[in-house]
Amino acid sequence: MLVAENITKKFSGVVALRDICMELHPGKVNAILGENGAGKSTLMKVLSGVYSEYQGRILLKGVHVNFANPKEAQEAGVGIIHQELNLVPHLSIVENIFLGRELTNRFGMLDHKAMKSRTQQLLEKLKLNVSPNTLVFDLKVGQQQVVEIAKALLTECHVLIMDEPTSAITESEVNVLFGIIDELRRENKVIVYISHKLDELFKIADRYVVLRDGKTIESGDMKGIDHDTLIRKMVGREINIIRTKGYLSKETEILSVQNLCLKHSESKKRDLLKNLSFNLYPGEILGIFGLMGAGRTELLETIFGLNKEGSSGDIKLNQRITNFGSPEQAMRAGIALVPEDRKKDGLVLGLDVKTNISITTLNQLQRMGLISESSEAKLAQKYIDLLKIKASSVDQLVKNLSGGNQQKIVIAKCLATGPSVLMLDEPTRGIDINAKSEIYKLIIELASKGMGIIMVSSELPEILAISDRVLVMCEGSITAEFNAKEAYEDNILKAAIPRTL
Amino acid sequence: MMTFTRKHFSKFQSLIALFILCIMLSILSDKFLTVDNCWNVMRQISVNICIAVGMTLVVLTAGIDLSVGSVLALCGAITAGLLKNGIDIPSNDLHIGFTLLGAILVGLITGAGVGTFNGLVITRFKVPPFVATLSMLTIARGLTLLWTQGFPISVFGDQFDYIGTGWFLGIPVPVWISGLVVSIAVIITTKTPLGRHIYAIGGNENAARLSGININKVKIIVYSMAGGLAALGGLIVTARLDSAQPNAGVSYELDAIAAVVIGGTSLSGGKGTIWGTLLGAIIIGVLNNGLVLLNVSPFWQQVVKGAVILLAVIIDKANSKSE
Repeated sequence: MLVAENITKKFSGVVALRDICMELHPGKVNAILGENGAGKSTLMKVLSGVYSEYQGRILLKGVHVNFANPKEAQEAGVGIIHQELNLVPHLSIVENIFLGRELTNRFGMLDHKAMKSRTQQLLEKLKLNVSPNTLVFDLKVGQQQVVEIAKALLTECHVLIMDEPTSAITESEVNVLFGIIDELRRENKVIVYISHKLDELFKIADRYVVLRDGKTIESGDMKGIDHDTLIRKMVGREINIIRTKGYLSKETEILSVQNLCLKHSESKKRDLLKNLSFNLYPGEILGIFGLMGAGRTELLETIFGLNKEGSSGDIKLNQRITNFGSPEQAMRAGIALVPEDRKKDGLVLGLDVKTNISITTLNQLQRMGLISESSEAKLAQKYIDLLKIKASSVDQLVKNLSGGNQQKIVIAKCLATGPSVLMLDEPTRGIDINAKSEIYKLIIELASKGMGIIMVSSELPEILAISDRVLVMCEGSITAEFNAKEAYEDNILKAAIPRTL
Repeated sequence: MMTFTRKHFSKFQSLIALFILCIMLSILSDKFLTVDNCWNVMRQISVNICIAVGMTLVVLTAGIDLSVGSVLALCGAITAGLLKNGIDIPSNDLHIGFTLLGAILVGLITGAGVGTFNGLVITRFKVPPFVATLSMLTIARGLTLLWTQGFPISVFGDQFDYIGTGWFLGIPVPVWISGLVVSIAVIITTKTPLGRHIYAIGGNENAARLSGININKVKIIVYSMAGGLAALGGLIVTARLDSAQPNAGVSYELDAIAAVVIGGTSLSGGKGTIWGTLLGAIIIGVLNNGLVLLNVSPFWQQVVKGAVILLAVIIDKANSKSE
């Protein structure tokens, strides 16, 4: 049994965890629930030795432990699968799995054979059908996550922490993972499982611990609790979004895409986008659904002028052909893109809130060549108020904000350009339920003011909740189009799954 | 409160270090804290300041410019050559003479042009800045040797030498020039869209591109500025020595990078200030001067300088960790 007693963890004065108490039981899958920023990841890092300075006690099988680093935790039998992938892209699967604990033969040289066969076993167990010598770089994100899991399974452990292990893997891979979790459960391991996907937790978890604002709110058996109650405990209040669909003008489209094709930049044979055509009308929320690799992101990027080379077809904005050669041109014409990965593509994390918001409109904020600090602060404050961004001031560094607030800043800098078409790529990925519903409300409000909105998402409930119309993409083509009334999970999924599996 | 003071301390610690250095030197040598020596130090570091300011801009975009030392020599030599000999075009039996201003302008434009070329190579052909400017380091040095035929070009009259040795309102002209360069660079980095774009590109190039920033344009501007500032340094050096040496500016890029790094600018881009670089350049200058005054052997001078750079970066790292 793993017990946490009164764990408190502060980061330069900010309390991330406050008096956390919990018991994690062996032979059980213990789900840790909470919104983003509730302290789940911090708590897991405390448990697994990433953070060694904290107040309170951790008892492992009744013994007080204080891990100085992850290696000590590992040696004591606490393993963790991190939320972010911690793999070295240009090393092979074998090399990654044995990184830092390589097997050697009696001459002190690497024992490739032993490592390879052990990896082979693990991969077979996880049903990942690739050679152990494949470079991690060449794997899909889902496969990389499986490698991460294999890495954690390599060492015998009493406690296995999984921080969102399914965020990037497919349904079938999830089932394999659940099989393995079942096995670990029978071996009487303590399994700690963090996920945003509640349905998943009801399938696999035995017990739950709810965290909110760094505190333990409640724990108990999964059996005695239902979906809505859990959400209420996480959020502290109920949420619901009902889209009241407004009148839709279908007369003149604001954006029209015709016969759009995109060739793969390296292999000429593969087409990323195949002859796509669709229209977007003012005030419309167009949901685009597709599985990973369907070409959703590529579609948005091509419209945004990022794939000038290799693309063909016409993109018309307000009935004028405008095949943009760069994001600069696209933005000037009134198109904005909220990218999929806000940390990689959306924000300059080391800069402050106002700089990140004003970055798209600096030319409008300047007076005689110099940026007017007062108009810049005013602009930032306007969006902080409008989007309810929780920041201590316009000068706070964005890296210190929660995921939801970071996402709002990306949206703010897009809105600052005054776009007529707003494209959002996975706008609610990795953000908490509260922030999600706020972003939905915002999208709906923007559409009601006449903005054309394209929302790409791999979360069906989200697509169904707010779209006026749904396009389904599969392997670079549009395979179906539904009006909101005809769109259901089953017909959308049917169109999204490739036929030749 | 604790973090507040620590933050303040780390902001001023280079200044404190410089202050301590100066106190130590003035105790150890009676020549250090004299008016003459102060101007001497300032004049000596003015060239490095010009180059280091350009280097800061480049480094802020997560790039590097190794060619500045060679560009300095090339531009100094071109201005000197034009002043002294003009250009002869034998086929047309034509001789073009240059006025002082004309020669200076051609020198500066050459520097900016070489920088632009660096920028083009880096942005169009995706050559890593290290490699592109390393090549230019060799190319520009070779061009300098070709232009000078390996001999110094000297004697161009008082007017030109004024740039390197003159005084204006009681302050040496090179100090005016470097002061002007620093002022303009501070304004650019803190007040203009271009400055913002530079920080954004260094902080996160993807995000900058998706925010509609023309990355290539900004980078080309930055490298051309670095080239132009190296040329300006070349003019000062040439005027001070009253001679353009073909091997002028060798390893100046390293002094500039040292100033940038001591000043707290991150080599991975996006973080740093011109003020920091100025302070870094002054620290290096004072150190150089002090070691000479104390009669430390030139061999040891290099060891000490290297150790100071290392120490500065280690302290900087420790600070950013504790933040």
